[in-house]
Amino acid sequence: MELIEAIILSVLAASTPLLLAATGELVAERSGVLNLGVEGMMIVGAACGFGGAWLTGSIIVGALCGILAGVLMSLLFAAMALGLAVNQVATGLALTIFGIGLSGLIGAGFVGERITPAPHLYVPFITNIPLIGRILFGEDGFVYLSLALIAAVWWFLYRTRAGLIVRACGDNHVSAHALGYPVLRIRMYAVMFGGACAGLAGAYLPLAYTPFFIPGMTAGRGWIALALTVFASWRPGRLVIGAYLFGAVTILQLHAQGAGIGIPSQFMSSLPYLATVIVLVLLSRARTGGSTAPAALGTVFVPDR
Amino acid sequence: MKRNLLAAAAALLLAGGVTSSAVAADTLKVGFIYLGPVGDLGWTYQHELARQAVVKEFGDKIETTFLENVPEGPDAERAVEQLVRAGNKLIFTTSFGYMDPTLKVAKKYPNVHFEHCSGYKRDKNMSTYSARWYQGRYIQGEIAAKMSKAGVLGYIGSFPIPEVVSGINATMIGAQTVNPNIKVKIIWVNSWFDPGKEADAAKALLDQGADIIMQHTDSPAAMQIAGERGKLAFGQDSEMIKFGPKAQLTSILDTWAPYYIERVKAELDGTWKSGDTWGGLETKMFEMAPYTNMPDDVKKTAEDTQAAIAAGKLHPFKCPVVAQDGKDVECKGGDHLADDQILGMNFYVKGIDDKLPGK
Repeated sequence: MELIEAIILSVLAASTPLLLAATGELVAERSGVLNLGVEGMMIVGAACGFGGAWLTGSIIVGALCGILAGVLMSLLFAAMALGLAVNQVATGLALTIFGIGLSGLIGAGFVGERITPAPHLYVPFITNIPLIGRILFGEDGFVYLSLALIAAVWWFLYRTRAGLIVRACGDNHVSAHALGYPVLRIRMYAVMFGGACAGLAGAYLPLAYTPFFIPGMTAGRGWIALALTVFASWRPGRLVIGAYLFGAVTILQLHAQGAGIGIPSQFMSSLPYLATVIVLVLLSRARTGGSTAPAALGTVFVPDR
Repeated sequence: MKRNLLAAAAALLLAGGVTSSAVAADTLKVGFIYLGPVGDLGWTYQHELARQAVVKEFGDKIETTFLENVPEGPDAERAVEQLVRAGNKLIFTTSFGYMDPTLKVAKKYPNVHFEHCSGYKRDKNMSTYSARWYQGRYIQGEIAAKMSKAGVLGYIGSFPIPEVVSGINATMIGAQTVNPNIKVKIIWVNSWFDPGKEADAAKALLDQGADIIMQHTDSPAAMQIAGERGKLAFGQDSEMIKFGPKAQLTSILDTWAPYYIERVKAELDGTWKSGDTWGGLETKMFEMAPYTNMPDDVKKTAEDTQAAIAAGKLHPFKCPVVAQDGKDVECKGGDHLADDQILGMNFYVKGIDDKLPGK
């Protein structure tokens, strides 16, 4: 019983940065922008988040620094990919490479320092309820924030007019433009939201997960977040399932190894990616009417004035 | 064209961090290729400390350059060649995966000398060097068995390559001298460096009942988890006590400085010769961090074992070494396993209740 609780708690923590980053990317992609710079925005968010928390001693300041860093990085992307209409794939990749270098530079001053990690919630009595208490009321705040955020994104995309406009830009930017919507500005906001989420996801790592900063500590989580949006076929509900599935497979394979269950660890590590490929195949086979990828995803839009 | 530009930009960034100072005609130029960033607090950081020691030792007689974040494989060849073109006469390539690229460049430039860390291919102008870390693992095994209340050790492995496998075996042989029934749980994270995953692995091991964490991965994440949970752990590559002041028992410290100084001196004197150096505690090719968070008698045992290994009186792989299947391993090195057997180790010793991946 205790082991099950411990495993679920580890899964929650492992899935949170993936869910946060993927939530942002989902919104950006729903507006039609493919930003492959998630990993770069995350690592800069991690460096700035840790720096902020280390200098001020406040986890909240750290988180805000991470968000701000992610937004600034995404603005750089927006200036190139939206303002100058540069190829989005190339710009995104460049942003990642740039971010990895930049984070090393920013972080150079505080590599080897440590901070007190984000506290875990504690509600008297309730947190002490066996099994569910610690899971529902005993993790750090980011875990619950990430869930609230994706719920908010679902509500925004499907229940508000603004959300409908964002989706319209992603599906057919020419029509959205013809209707008089400022496609580029809307996309910029979406990209900025993506940057904020990626920055927060990156900051989560040194603020709550492993409370120190080391260059390269995101270790590819940004790429997993990108895969997740595809896995979720750009739907918020499936994104939650996907993120927790990714987290669960990662943690369970570690436990399987520790328990000496003889499944090759390399195979277990590759499972989430295998699942993504299978989902992609199924999606493309079942593409009959239902929406999968935003139709204008990754295409450059230059308004004719 | 756009793609070419991007690739060029990427190459520049990846090979970033070039340091260089004024050139005098007769200074010896020494180059270094690093796998990670110099601030990784682990493997690359220790090589960088050694480079700084070299600079301190020889002052203006030499000029050093390093390239960090150089990926293993074909990309490395370009980086090594770049150092050659920049006039470096002695080049240290500090990761296993640079072996073939280094050899290729070495064949092309017979007048430049190369030093490759942890590989096995050599040439007239290419030496190899590495450390007998398994000696330190044996000491750690002994300490772990004495300190573990549960009798279960948790071991975080990177990749099941001989260096890591021999470390696990040495740990178990050391631990069995104290507690013949000691158990070990092994988790492979399939990465040298992923702090999040290393932390998750440490949590999983502790959740499953291990009470001592040992690692063959590079970040201090596992140490931090052990500290948070009031458990004990061993560091890796570098001093990690800052991340677990109440957790770190000791750490294997890569101290390359004496070797680097010796080789640079040989180059300056014109006596550099290709060779293979596999040093251990006896030549201080690595050192043990202070023994902390343990009672005096355990500390004493550890120090005695360390002294015995350094003096050549104790060999961790003393025959008979019993493999997992219960059979004795052929004893090719007299009264202990031969170096080749340790360098190519691909079996678990008796007492490890797990299957070696790929076996």
